[in-house]
Amino acid sequence: MQLSELWFVLIAVLFVGFVFLEGFDFGVGMSTKLLAKNELEKRMLINSIGPFWDANEVWLITAGGAMFAAFPHWYATLFSGYYLPFVVLLLALIARGVAFEFRGKVESERWTLTWDWSIFLGSLLPPFLLGVLFSSLIKGLPIDENMNMHAGFLDIVNIYTVVGGIAFVTLTYLHGLMFISLKTTGPLRERSRQTAMKMYLLGGGVIILFTVLTGLYTDAFSDKGIIFYPLYSVAIILYLVLFPLLRHKKEGFSFTVTGLILMIITSSFFIGLFPNVMISSTNLLNNLTVYNAASGHYSLKLMTIVAAVMVPIVLGYTIWSYYIFRKRVTSKEHLEY
Amino acid sequence: MEEIILARIQFASTTLFHFIFVPLSIGLAFIVAIMQTMYLIKKDEIYQKMTKFWGTFFLINFAVGVVTGIIQEFQFGMNWSSYSRFVGDVFGAPLAIEALLAFFMESTFIGLWIFGWNKIPKKLHLACIWLVSIGTILSAFWILAANSFMQNPVGFTIQNGRAEMNDILAVLTNPKLMVAFPHTIFASFATAAFFVVGVSAWNILKKKDLLFFKKSMAISLILGLVSGLGIAFSGHSQATYLMTAQPMKMAAAEALWEDSDDPAAWTVIANIDVENKESTARLEIPYLLSYLAFSEFSGKVEGMNTLQEKFVQKFGEGDYIPPVKTTFWSFRIMAGTGGLLIVLSGLGLFLMWRGKIVESTRYLKWLVPAIFFPLIGNSFGWIMSEIGRQPWVVNGLMLTSDGISPNVSAGQILFSLISFSLIYTLLAIAMVYLFIRVIKQGPHEKVKEDVSASDPFEMGGLQNAAE
Ligand code: HDD
Ligand code: HEM
Ligand code: HEM
Repeated sequence: MQLSELWFVLIAVLFVGFVFLEGFDFGVGMSTKLLAKNELEKRMLINSIGPFWDANEVWLITAGGAMFAAFPHWYATLFSGYYLPFVVLLLALIARGVAFEFRGKVESERWTLTWDWSIFLGSLLPPFLLGVLFSSLIKGLPIDENMNMHAGFLDIVNIYTVVGGIAFVTLTYLHGLMFISLKTTGPLRERSRQTAMKMYLLGGGVIILFTVLTGLYTDAFSDKGIIFYPLYSVAIILYLVLFPLLRHKKEGFSFTVTGLILMIITSSFFIGLFPNVMISSTNLLNNLTVYNAASGHYSLKLMTIVAAVMVPIVLGYTIWSYYIFRKRVTSKEHLEY
Repeated sequence: MEEIILARIQFASTTLFHFIFVPLSIGLAFIVAIMQTMYLIKKDEIYQKMTKFWGTFFLINFAVGVVTGIIQEFQFGMNWSSYSRFVGDVFGAPLAIEALLAFFMESTFIGLWIFGWNKIPKKLHLACIWLVSIGTILSAFWILAANSFMQNPVGFTIQNGRAEMNDILAVLTNPKLMVAFPHTIFASFATAAFFVVGVSAWNILKKKDLLFFKKSMAISLILGLVSGLGIAFSGHSQATYLMTAQPMKMAAAEALWEDSDDPAAWTVIANIDVENKESTARLEIPYLLSYLAFSEFSGKVEGMNTLQEKFVQKFGEGDYIPPVKTTFWSFRIMAGTGGLLIVLSGLGLFLMWRGKIVESTRYLKWLVPAIFFPLIGNSFGWIMSEIGRQPWVVNGLMLTSDGISPNVSAGQILFSLISFSLIYTLLAIAMVYLFIRVIKQGPHEKVKEDVSASDPFEMGGLQNAAE
């Protein structure tokens, strides 16, 4: 394997990790409006992700940084090409990020309400936009011979990508509900499970619709059927297994299953892209590939060494922090946020 | 070219805004870590109160620092895609390493610190805040390494039409980085020190919690004086470095059109006429510029006209003179705040030592606005540094006007500029409001009414299987 291919895999892993981890943060954020019934429940939800959400977001920042370092052209084309969606994504992440810290600091209804909305919208928009982004990536975008993307509104927003966005919102919401049933006590714990069961059919419909549209709008199934058929079959089987797990209150397993489905769908985008990193809808010769978008050998080697040393350390203390806060959040304890 | 102007305004404003919070985070993490260490050593409750009170400001500020940083990470690609393609091979690595090495560390251990008060052993909990502090300093190092490459490109070759790294050690020992890093870190410590000093002074004036605020002030005045001196020394080495690597910036910072005399005098103020390329009504201090530039009382400094001619020969036709007035005045404002900080902290320590601090109301009243002096120094330091580099975005390699994204329209940039400015304004208002509330409330534990007691549905007993 070449170093540039290795870095493609690493960036994919960073995005997959981000979607798994920040996925439940988004879901919990949505639940503050959709699930919580009173102030105490809202605070329990926020506190359940309190120690983690910032570090989870760093997965995205690292993915961005790694793209910049390993594939400068990919970074440049992607971020300038999706200019407006990124502006909205940034606004959402800003509003959400400060809201966790600010919300609990003043006891006034207007203040709390402002940050409640920030948390809700800041948790709803990012998964939607990421879904749109990923699905338009494998569908292909108008990229010229200088690697610049000139996308119109409909190139980015169309039936396929909107369904992709909705799929991401639905799945992260479910994933968040599973996290809540795992990390809280009392009525919240029970209600999150029941809500997930009520949403079950809707979620299944979205997944199937998205799978069908992926077959129709992209070359993924025709080009890479050997991988895509089994991959999506596993996703659908996992989703079928989810229902009995929910019914029998297997909270840990349910959480793992929603996480796995999210990870499979996210990695399918990267599998669909490879060896391209951006597909040109106007001329295949203008595709950005793992080879023509990459940095030089020296940089990649340096980054590989740094990653080999740092990733185990980062994973080590990340796991340690989840271990420290492994207990459920109860309404009895002191809530920081 | 409207795009370039808008993109520059957006970059300058979002970065300057990020850098209001950055130094405060770096400095407050350090101060809070010191306070918590003293609590563990002296076992005096007052230090725990200090840790929590100043820690509250730190956390609020940190949150804003984080969210404004995310824009920074993405906007190189969004607005400066040509620049990113050209330097990504060199410039991306420090950014990625910063995230891997520093951001994960800061964000994980800050979570452990906030939520870990009663969950992890005291010493381990103390280690968490120190790790956060180290994380902020590491992150400053890596991002400054990236910025230093733009000021003084080293460790690369031009290949495949772009800059490719061939020597990471050169990038990490860039002489610009060696002077910019200590200068920025000292400036950050000073920023937080004067924040604590100012808030304490305000409370001492109101005769509230005297002991608490006197102790806080003492710790911070010491840090303030040390950092003030550190800033001055490292600032001096910045200037010496500029002479060799970016003489044009130095000449602009001195509004020096023709070559100087030998020894060169330092201009305190001048009336700059950019059109006729002359500076009149100079108020000068003899020898000082020679000293600043060469650490000697002799030596000649080249003027902008001479340098412009040299640059035209080297790079072809063009105007290589940066905005002179901005560079000149920014330098003076920054250095001026440096002097003020040293005088104020020195005087304060003297008054403390004589036991007269509480009565010295005139002095205390000065300390409240002094909260803003380091913030002003920081901003104008960056303005001097970045505007003085113009017209280059990467010194001697790429012009700023060549760096922007060719596929992003003025309308799009205007949209992002307006929306970022709007959300930043709201953030600033919310944050100032919160700070004032925390200050008014003082260092007393907030007695939140216990909501849990009123929850009839508490099921209890359903604890985690893992327990
Ligand atoms: C000298 C220090 C310094 C400078 C020049 C910058 N930053 Fe910064 N940045 C920090 C020092 C810092 C910090 C101290 O580490 C912060 C500020 C407060 C905080 O929460 O972390 C931070 C936060 C921060 C974050 C959020 C990290 C998180 O989620 O935990 C990002 C993505 C960036 N920065 C990126 C940038 C970029 C791309 C910059 C260049 C334009 C930049 N920063 C300038
Ligand atoms: C946080 C401290 C910083 C501040 C306050 C700051 C401020 C500024 C200012 C005022 C400009 C000039 C804008 C203009 O001339 O129009 C500028 C330009 C620029 N700076 Fe910085 N800067 C900072 C750090 C950095 C760092 C760390 C980097 C890179 C890692 C960077 C990259 C750039 C780029 C790419 C430009 C060119 C765009 C332009 O000229 O507007 N800056 N910055
Ligand atoms: C005591 C007098 C001071 C001197 C002689 C001095 C010198 C300098 C010089 C020459 C530069 C420009 C370096 C370049 O453009 O390459 C600079 C940059 C800077 N200064 Fe100062 N400075 C002083 C005080 C201060 C103070 C008080 C602060 C803030 C508290 C400050 C913060 C900064 C910052 C943030 C930068 C930009 C970062 C950088 O380029 O390193 N300085 N300083």
